[in-house]
Amino acid sequence: MPPYAGPPAARPGDVAGVLRLLAYLILATALMVLDYRSGWLRAARTQAEVAVQPLWWLAGLPSKVGTGLREEAVTRTQLARDNERLRNALLVIAARNARMRTEAAENERLRGLLGSAQRGRLDVQLASILDIDLDPTRQRLLLDSGSNGGVRVGQAVIDAGGLMGQVIATTPTTSSVLLITDPDHAVPVAVARSGIRLVVYGSGRSDALHLADVPLSADVRAGDQLLTSGLGGRFPPGFAAGTVGTLRPDDSRAFLEADVTPAAQLDRGRDVLLLRGYKPVPAVDPAAVPPSPAAMPTPAQAAPATANAVAAPSPTTTSSEPRR
Amino acid sequence: MSRARNGWVLPVSLLLALLLGLVPLPGILQPLRPYWLALVLAYWLLEEPDNIGLGVSFALGVLADLAFGGLLGEQAMRLVVMAFILDRFRARMRFFPLSQQALVIGVLLLNDRVISAAIHVVMGAPQLPWMYWLAPLLGLLLWAPLHFALDTLRLRRRG
Repeated sequence: MPPYAGPPAARPGDVAGVLRLLAYLILATALMVLDYRSGWLRAARTQAEVAVQPLWWLAGLPSKVGTGLREEAVTRTQLARDNERLRNALLVIAARNARMRTEAAENERLRGLLGSAQRGRLDVQLASILDIDLDPTRQRLLLDSGSNGGVRVGQAVIDAGGLMGQVIATTPTTSSVLLITDPDHAVPVAVARSGIRLVVYGSGRSDALHLADVPLSADVRAGDQLLTSGLGGRFPPGFAAGTVGTLRPDDSRAFLEADVTPAAQLDRGRDVLLLRGYKPVPAVDPAAVPPSPAAMPTPAQAAPATANAVAAPSPTTTSSEPRR
Repeated sequence: MSRARNGWVLPVSLLLALLLGLVPLPGILQPLRPYWLALVLAYWLLEEPDNIGLGVSFALGVLADLAFGGLLGEQAMRLVVMAFILDRFRARMRFFPLSQQALVIGVLLLNDRVISAAIHVVMGAPQLPWMYWLAPLLGLLLWAPLHFALDTLRLRRRG
């Protein structure tokens, strides 16, 4: 606050003003602390957010109108060109898909031979991003469909590139997504090449994730692809999470750390996919713990203990090999 | 009085300011987004102190926090502090020339950024990139046109 000596003699009105200021400051502080530290305000907040939904809708309108206008204004030749390009792309993808199907069938057969559980197929739901700018220090997205559209808290959100985040709150017509780049977010991942399991943290920037506490001996190299490992039960295994950048020793010199480029396009794009089939496992469920944890299927490489992969690994669904 | 006739200007301008804070901007311009809500609120605090005070500033801040998805109470605190300072300076500021007024508003917006940064430090939230510190400058430049536009709307049918 700029220094201000105040009027020469304090008048009663001034004192009352200062007291009111203090009261409001205390109220604001209380709100901040409650919002930051405790969970019960979150429910109230979700309720209150229903009230600001018209604002979001209004704010998203210009971009919606702009997109509509642009789509109206494209010429016929451009449409034809787009059409041709898309048809070619579709052909390529269909061909690739056909080959994938034979491989999937073979995979299924092998799985049957191994007697392992059958994995559900990918069931997704398309949702469009509400195009508004939220608080830049928080990595959140607002989606255009909510609990009325079948969106549930905990659903994983992906795009064509890979994992984007998870749904953290829903209102009847909108839902908010915590992106994997949020500093509060961590994803259990596995290195696609070596199977080593790690945890990737959000960095607070939309173009980078942070890989910390990599053991010096771990087989991780720059350029490695990271896939979700499915540990923790929140995200299904096998989705691309990012690419490892250069590794460097961290402050303690006992571990390595690296920046990771997210695989999903977090700051662009208009639509996302919500995974539907996958049932997120509750973080801790004592009933689901099997009698002997030693009976876990051990992956080819016993992963060196990732220092803080404490994201409640659920032994019931452990299988870290990539699906795609 | 004519004030009642143009009473719609106040709520509409505040709503518009709230919306302007949400409207998507291209990535490069995003850090430069002026704090519209503070600018418009400052205008009303100076011109119609009978209608707008600390309470309204606080409520507006909470609403903005909900709309922007930020920490609940952050903008409430920032706006209340600004409202308090403006309340103290109002008598002088109203007789400042517009350029000098703009300078004071710029300083207030800078102060607002400092408060926001302090809150983020205390709460352990990430800091904004340095580019965001340029936004008060834009707010300073926008003060005169904004003041002019709102004055025109508010006083249009007085004569």
